[in-house]
Amino acid sequence: MATKVLMEALSPTMEEGRVVEWLKAEGETVKAGDVLAEVETDKAVMELQARADGVLRKILAPAGSTVPVGDLVAVIAGPDEDISALLEQRRPATRSQEPAARTQPRAPETKVTPAPAPPAAVTGGQPERADRIKASPLARRLARERGLDLALISGSGPGGRIVKRDLERIEAARPAIPAAIPAAAYRDVPLTQMRKTIARRLVESLGPVPHFFLTVEVDMERAWDAREALNALGEEPRISINDIILKVVATALTRHPECNAWWQGDHIRYFNEVHLGMAVAIEDGLITPVLRNAERKSLREIALEARDLAERARARKLKPEEYTGSTFSVSNLGMLGIDEFTAVINPPEAGIIAVGAVTQQPVVHNGSVTVRRRMRLTMSCDHRVIDGATGARFLQTVKRMLENPLALVW
Amino acid sequence: MPVLTYRDALNQALREEMQRDPNVFLMGEEVGVYQGAYKVSRGLLQEFGEHRVVDTPIAELGFAGIGVGAAMAGLRPVIEFMTWNFALLAIDEVVNSAAKMLYMSGGQIPIPIVFRGPGGAALQLAAQHSQAFEAWYAHVPGLKVVAPSTPYDAKGLLKSAIRDDNPVVFLEGEMLYNVRGEVPEEEYLIPLGVADIKRPGDDVTVICHSKTVAVALKAAEELAGEGISAEVIDLRTIRPLDTDTILKSVMKTNRCVIVEEGWPFCGVGAQVAYEIQRGAFDYLDAPIERVTGADVPMPYNKHLERAAKPAVSQVIEAAKRAAYAD
Amino acid sequence: MAQPATVTELNPEQRPFYHELLRQMLLIRVFEERAGEAYAQGKIGGFCHLYIGQEAVAVGAIAALRPDDYIFASYREHAHALARGTSARAVMAELFGKVTGCSRGKGGSMHLFDVERGFMGGHAIVGSHIPLAAGAAFACKYLGTDRISVCFFGEAAANIGAFHETLNMAALWKLPAVFICENNRYGMGTALERAAAVYDIAQRACAYDMASEVVDGMDVLAVYEATRRAAQRAREESRPTLIEARTYRYMGHSMADPIHGHYRTKEELEEQKKRDPIQGLKRRLVEEGLLDDEEYAEMERRVNQEVEDALRFADESPDPDLSELYTDVYKE
Repeated sequence: MATKVLMEALSPTMEEGRVVEWLKAEGETVKAGDVLAEVETDKAVMELQARADGVLRKILAPAGSTVPVGDLVAVIAGPDEDISALLEQRRPATRSQEPAARTQPRAPETKVTPAPAPPAAVTGGQPERADRIKASPLARRLARERGLDLALISGSGPGGRIVKRDLERIEAARPAIPAAIPAAAYRDVPLTQMRKTIARRLVESLGPVPHFFLTVEVDMERAWDAREALNALGEEPRISINDIILKVVATALTRHPECNAWWQGDHIRYFNEVHLGMAVAIEDGLITPVLRNAERKSLREIALEARDLAERARARKLKPEEYTGSTFSVSNLGMLGIDEFTAVINPPEAGIIAVGAVTQQPVVHNGSVTVRRRMRLTMSCDHRVIDGATGARFLQTVKRMLENPLALVW
Repeated sequence: MPVLTYRDALNQALREEMQRDPNVFLMGEEVGVYQGAYKVSRGLLQEFGEHRVVDTPIAELGFAGIGVGAAMAGLRPVIEFMTWNFALLAIDEVVNSAAKMLYMSGGQIPIPIVFRGPGGAALQLAAQHSQAFEAWYAHVPGLKVVAPSTPYDAKGLLKSAIRDDNPVVFLEGEMLYNVRGEVPEEEYLIPLGVADIKRPGDDVTVICHSKTVAVALKAAEELAGEGISAEVIDLRTIRPLDTDTILKSVMKTNRCVIVEEGWPFCGVGAQVAYEIQRGAFDYLDAPIERVTGADVPMPYNKHLERAAKPAVSQVIEAAKRAAYAD
Repeated sequence: MAQPATVTELNPEQRPFYHELLRQMLLIRVFEERAGEAYAQGKIGGFCHLYIGQEAVAVGAIAALRPDDYIFASYREHAHALARGTSARAVMAELFGKVTGCSRGKGGSMHLFDVERGFMGGHAIVGSHIPLAAGAAFACKYLGTDRISVCFFGEAAANIGAFHETLNMAALWKLPAVFICENNRYGMGTALERAAAVYDIAQRACAYDMASEVVDGMDVLAVYEATRRAAQRAREESRPTLIEARTYRYMGHSMADPIHGHYRTKEELEEQKKRDPIQGLKRRLVEEGLLDDEEYAEMERRVNQEVEDALRFADESPDPDLSELYTDVYKE
C-alpha cells in the first residue's frame, strides 16, 4: 500500500515549508517514525517523519524547494508497487525556487515599493508571503480584543485562514497551550468599570497596546561579585549576569503577580506561575523562548536551560510549545553594548524588561565619589494592566534583589 | 386563520384598497374581462366596473405612461404587467418618468403608482419569458422595489405599496401564485423596507427574497440536520433595503449566503454583500457567499433549466463553505 | 396635403386679447434671445433648445385652454411655461439652475414644471410624455371633471411607438386630450421627408379614427382657433384631436447646433422668416387699425424690462443648498 508523504504543518503559522535536506535517499527502506527530511518553517527547522514502513520510492520535492502545506513531497511504497497513479495526482503547485524566481520579474520593476528588505528568503522566492497572516476580519478583531497573537495561531480555514473557531479553540485550550500551566495556576479577574475606562481611553490615545516606560539604574557590584564567586566554584554551567537577572525577575514576579499577567480584552488573567520569555536574537530575526516555571527553578537550572534554549533557537530547532505561552519577558542587549533601550511588549503579556549593559560609572557612594558597576533596566508596561505605581513597585523589588542577591535565597 | 393562495391574497389587497380609495384603479392587459392572465384580478371587473378595471391593448409603453400621467393628475394607478418580461418595453416610463418626476420637478409631482406583475422564471418558458428584474429596478433612485414570498406578505405589502406616494415596482412570483399561507381576516399593512426573519438561527445568515425564500428555508432545514443553524432573512423589500436587520443578523452569525433568482453580475446580492462588508467587516468570519441564477439566458431544456436556477443543494454547499464545515 | 386653416376676420372687440397674444410672443422671442446670450456666457448649462420662430403655436394653443387644464411639453418648452403664465423670473432662474427656478434648479431647461398652473413639465425623452398627457386626460375623465389635457411634441415624435400606442388608447377610450404636433420640419438635423413615410402628420389620426386638423403654425390666431375647437371636442364630447401646426424654428436644434448647418440652407431659413409669427400678427393688427406704433413700442419696452429683470433675478438668486441633493428622491 503506497503512502503519500505530504508537507506537514510543523508550526502554528506554517503555510509552506522549504526542504532543507533529505536524510533518506530514494530506494532506501524506511520505518514509520524515521526522520525523512529536515524542513524549514517560518519559525524553525523541523523534522519530517515517515508515517509508514516501506521504501522511499520517489522524492518529488528536492532539497531547496518550497512546498505548500498538504502537497506531496515523496512517496513511500512497496519495492515493486506501481506508484504512477499517485505521481500523476500530484498537484502542480509544488514550486522549486527556479520557476518562482522566473515569475518574479513579471512585476514591473518601477512598481516595487521601497519597503524594508524582507528577511533572508527563508521560504524561497516568496518574500511577500513570509509574514502575511491570513485571518478573517472577525478573527482579527477578536484577536485584537483578547490580546491574542495571530502569528501564534494555526488557521483551519481555506489556505490556513485563521477563523473564529480557531480563536475559540485557543481560548478553550488556553491553559494547555503553554502545556506547563495548569488551570489552577492563574486567576481571572473581571474588569472593574474603572479598569475598563482606563483601558478604553488609553487605547484611544496610544494605539493597540498603550505602553509606558519605567527606567531604573541598578548598582551591580554585589551581583557581579556573586557571579564571580559562583563561577569560582569551577562547576558548569557558568553563570551570566543575564541568568541572575532572569532569576531575579522571576522571583520578583511571584511577589508582584499584578505584573505577571495577560490582557484578555474583557478580563485580565493573573498568573500564579512565571513563564519567562527571553528574547534571543537569531540570524534573521528574533524569537522568545520560554523558561517554564522560572520561579521554581534554581539559578543553576535557569542558566542551563537558558543556554540550551538560546542555542537551539539560533539553530532554529525550537518546538512551537517552547516559544509560546510566556507570561512576562526579558530582553537583554547589554552584551551588544547598549546602555539603555525600550522593548516592545509581546501581547498579551503586560510587561517586558529591557536590560542594558553593565558599565563602570562614577557614582556617589557612602558620601564619596567612587567607580561602581551600574546597569539600567527599562520596563515597558501595558497600561491597561499595569499602572505606574504598580510597575514602579515591581521594578523596585527587582532593583533591591539585584543590589542584594542574597535576597534570592531568603 | 383563513388559508389563502398568494394569488388570492393579492386579489384581496387590490379589492380592499379599491374599496377604500376610489382613486385606486387597475389597468393592464387582460385584467378585466379575462379576469387576469394569472387570475389575480378575478372578480374585480364585476365589483368595480370597466371604469376602474381597465383592459388595455398590448402596448406596455403606452399604458405604463398613461398610468404615470394619471398619477401626475392625482390618481393612484395599479398597472399590471402580464409579466415583467414585457415591461422592458415600458421601462422608459418607469425609469425616466415615474422614478424621476418628483426630483426633476423640484418636489412638485409625486408619482403614487404601483407597477406589478409576475417576475422570475416559471417552467420551460425559455429565455425571453424567464428572468428576474429586481436588480434592474432597485438600481434606480426614486423607485421602491418589493418582492414578497408568502401570501401574508404579498397582501400586506401590496396594500402598503398602493398607499405609498412613490412609484413601487412590485414583483410577484409566477411560481408563487398557488402557494398557500395564513392570511388574517382583519386588515393589516406591512411597511415597505422591513425584512422578515423567516427562521432564526445562529451559525449562518441566508438572505433571500421571493421564490428563493422557499429554497433557503428548505436548505436551512437540511442544514439543521447537520448541526448548522441557519437564519433565513426574507428581504421582502429590495429597495429601500433593510440594512439594519441584515447587519444585526450577520453580526450574530458572522457568515452570510445571499440567494437570488436573478443573474449574478451587479445583482441584488452584490449590493447586499457590499453593505455587509461595509457595516459588519469586523464581524465576518468567512467570505460572503452568493447563490444566483446561472449567468446565461434561460435555456428551454428542462434539465438545463433546473441547473440554471438556485437550488437547495447550492445553498447548503454555500452555507457549509461559509461555516467552514465542508 | 391638407391645407392649414386660417383666420380671416378679426374682431375689434378682441383688441386686448390680440395685444396679449402679441405681447406673449414678443416676451418669448426676447426671452429666448437673451437666454441664448446667457448660454453663450456660460450662465446656462447643458442642453438649451430655443423656440424662436415657433411662438405662435405655444401662445395660440395655450390661449385656448382653461387655467385648470393640463399641459405637457417636450424639452423645447420655455415658451409653453411662459405662455401658461409661469413668470419669466422662475423660468430664467431654472435655466440658470437656481433654487428660485420653477423646478428649484433640479430640472433645468428641459424640465420646467409649474404644477399650480397645470404645467406638467418639460420631458426630454422624445415622445415619452405623450402617454403621460393621455394619463392626465384619463384622470380628468375618471374623476368626472371637464378638465382636459394637452400635449405638445415635435413632428419627429410622431414616429415613435409611444405616439402610436397613446393615440390608439386615447381614441379607443375617448380621452379628453389634444395632441399638438409642432411640425418644425426637422428632427434635430433630419428633415421630416427623410424620416417619415407619410409626412402629412395629421393624416396619422385616421389610423385611430381620431379627429385631426392642420393649422398654420406661424399664425397665432389660426392655432388658437384650431385648439379652441379641439379643446371643446375634448371637454364636451370627450374625444381627442391631433393638431398638426406647421411651423419653423429659426435656431439650431439646440445651442450646440449651428443655426442652419448642413441640413438646411440659409436661403430656406430666410424664406421662412418672412412668415414670422410676430411680424405677421403685428402687420395684421396695424393694417386693421388694432395696433399703433406707440403701443407696440411700449409693448417692446415692457417685455425687454421683464426679461432684463428675469436675468438679474436669475443671476442674483442662490444655487440650491447642497442639502437639496438628496431631497425629492422619495416622497416621505
